[in-house]
Amino acid sequence: MVQAIEVEPGENKAPVMASGHTFGSITDKVSAMVLTRPLTKGWIFGFAICFLILQWMLYAMCWLFFKGVGVWGVNIPIGWGFAIVNFVWWIGIGHAGTLISAILLLLRQSWRNSINRFAEAMTLFAVACAGMFPIFHLGRPWVFYWLFPYPNTMNYWPNFRSPLVWDVFAVSTYGTISLVFWFVGLIPDLATMRDHAEKKWIKTVYGMLALGWRNSTRHWSRYETAYLLLGGLATPLVLSVHTVVSFDFAIGIVPGWHTTIFPPYFVAGAIYSGFAMVLVLAIPIRKFYHLEDFITPRHLENSAMVMLATGWIVAYGYAFEAFMNWFGGDQYESYVRWNRIHGPYAPWYIALLMCNILIPQILWWRKVRLSNFWLFMISMDILIGMWLERFVIVVVSLHRDFLTSSFGMYYPTQFDWAIFIGTLGFFTACMFLFLRLLPAVPIFELRSLLPEAKAVEHE
Amino acid sequence: MQIFHRATNTIAKATIFGSIFLLAFILWACIQFQRSPYVTYAHVARPQPVPFSHEHHVGAIGLDCRYCHTSVEKSSFAGIPPTQTCMNCHSQIWLGAPMLEPVRASYRSGKSLVWNRVNDLPDFVYFNHSIHINKGIGCNTCHGPVDRMPLMYNEASLQMEWCLDCHRDPAKYIRPRSQVFNMRYEPPSGSKPMELDGKLYTDQLVLGKDLVKQYNLRTVADITSCSTCHR
Repeated sequence: MVQAIEVEPGENKAPVMASGHTFGSITDKVSAMVLTRPLTKGWIFGFAICFLILQWMLYAMCWLFFKGVGVWGVNIPIGWGFAIVNFVWWIGIGHAGTLISAILLLLRQSWRNSINRFAEAMTLFAVACAGMFPIFHLGRPWVFYWLFPYPNTMNYWPNFRSPLVWDVFAVSTYGTISLVFWFVGLIPDLATMRDHAEKKWIKTVYGMLALGWRNSTRHWSRYETAYLLLGGLATPLVLSVHTVVSFDFAIGIVPGWHTTIFPPYFVAGAIYSGFAMVLVLAIPIRKFYHLEDFITPRHLENSAMVMLATGWIVAYGYAFEAFMNWFGGDQYESYVRWNRIHGPYAPWYIALLMCNILIPQILWWRKVRLSNFWLFMISMDILIGMWLERFVIVVVSLHRDFLTSSFGMYYPTQFDWAIFIGTLGFFTACMFLFLRLLPAVPIFELRSLLPEAKAVEHE
Repeated sequence: MQIFHRATNTIAKATIFGSIFLLAFILWACIQFQRSPYVTYAHVARPQPVPFSHEHHVGAIGLDCRYCHTSVEKSSFAGIPPTQTCMNCHSQIWLGAPMLEPVRASYRSGKSLVWNRVNDLPDFVYFNHSIHINKGIGCNTCHGPVDRMPLMYNEASLQMEWCLDCHRDPAKYIRPRSQVFNMRYEPPSGSKPMELDGKLYTDQLVLGKDLVKQYNLRTVADITSCSTCHR
């Protein structure tokens, strides 16, 4: 199934894996990251910082539970604020993981094979961060289960005509499929870890997680079918989840939200920010864990090109939003366009255009695409830009409504910032644990890239 | 080296299979728990300063509901009688009963008896007795057989699904206005037909449909609108 697509003649691309590796060397190198590598000072230091930030978030959340959403800067007219900005941002970041693991699997892109595992983990953790925000944004978070249709004592269904309910289904489906897909992809590697572990209890833990994997042909045949089916299930989610998220806005009549271009441009923006996050993670991981052989410049360059492409779709979205504002002739829509450039949040909008459209254009230069430093910086820039995009959509649209009586400003409080930065800590702490406890690059999929694997296949 | 015993395969399969049933059971148990008297207090008699028996006063003596609950026809609140209402009779009978000492004490001091509320709706619900009484909803439709309650308890769960059961189809419960305070009212049936305005009814739903029209009840859309009760 997995075919290594070699470099086409005449092209000057890096290989998907450095030469000179064997089945054994791949297994040893990846499993050693977890099993034999000692607890380094860098890991402890990094994890401790993230864990501290996480505690800060927990403090803010306790206060939020105790006092209510009034501790945030949200108020009418800006009732959504950071919570929804961050929700959309995080859920968008998750999309790259699913795109890499599902769509690139179906398209047989062999370069996905070494980055898919941690991209999927990134998806899971990002969905977890995203899921927190709408729940804490509820006035009474402890009854969040009212969002689900179940035989409740109120004898009422949730309002199925509300996109916020579609959101619940979209995000919970997405979280579930991502988890199953990630876990199924891990099974053969968990068995490898079980067989390479020295201590009995470690063997037992990995053994339980490996679900009795014995590497038999029958296992592999069923496994590949199941993985492909899951890939097929996950593929529409890449498009559907952020489409539904965009409906939260597009269904509303607020000027700046009520536009049909939102679904495609949200999806493109999601993949844009997702690949930026993949690079922000991949560049340090390959450096600190010495994975340059497996995560090659080819991966970085391909990701950069995906960013360049989706960045232009996003730019097209901005352009057409502005064009339709003008073309539609509606005074409120025209005001949105004017207000973005001249209103009190103009610096944010200008910064968004800089971060998302102007600066990433230097990716046209191949030297930039191959430079770890510049790629990392541009990825950070895109992450900031995409966050600003959601800020502009949520806050700038809401702060000037149809009536001057409902004009207002939004000032985030320390609790807004604590929970936003706290989720960054949560996300990074989870990544640290993931790198420590599970094989961060898929061993068996890397092995299938070797020439030996193909020789066996042809026999 | 084998880490796990051979039996692990069976245990693993049983666990995966069993967890579906376990989850279904937990969900079912939660749903049942939320509707149980432990949560709703339905059919649980509450202690009172005086063990007042509706069974005795309504069932045996035959007092009308409105003798004590005077404002039920014209106010949202049915009304709790002042001690003077009790003393109408109890200044003449059972003068020395120790059980009634708190009533006499209240009469002497002028301080009201503090009853424990039994049918207690949440504060976020607006409820009006008079509209229900005037549109033909009997007392015992909601309060149950009060004339057979030695100590007061709430008949209904008072959960929203219970309210909506009637608000979504009032024809199921509505009765002639003349029968609202009749504790032993029986809806018309084949064996016990009812004559009303020269028409013979053998079915509650047929009667209900006519009464809903006759009493000008609001539409179901109106009375199931959120803000009808959550104002």
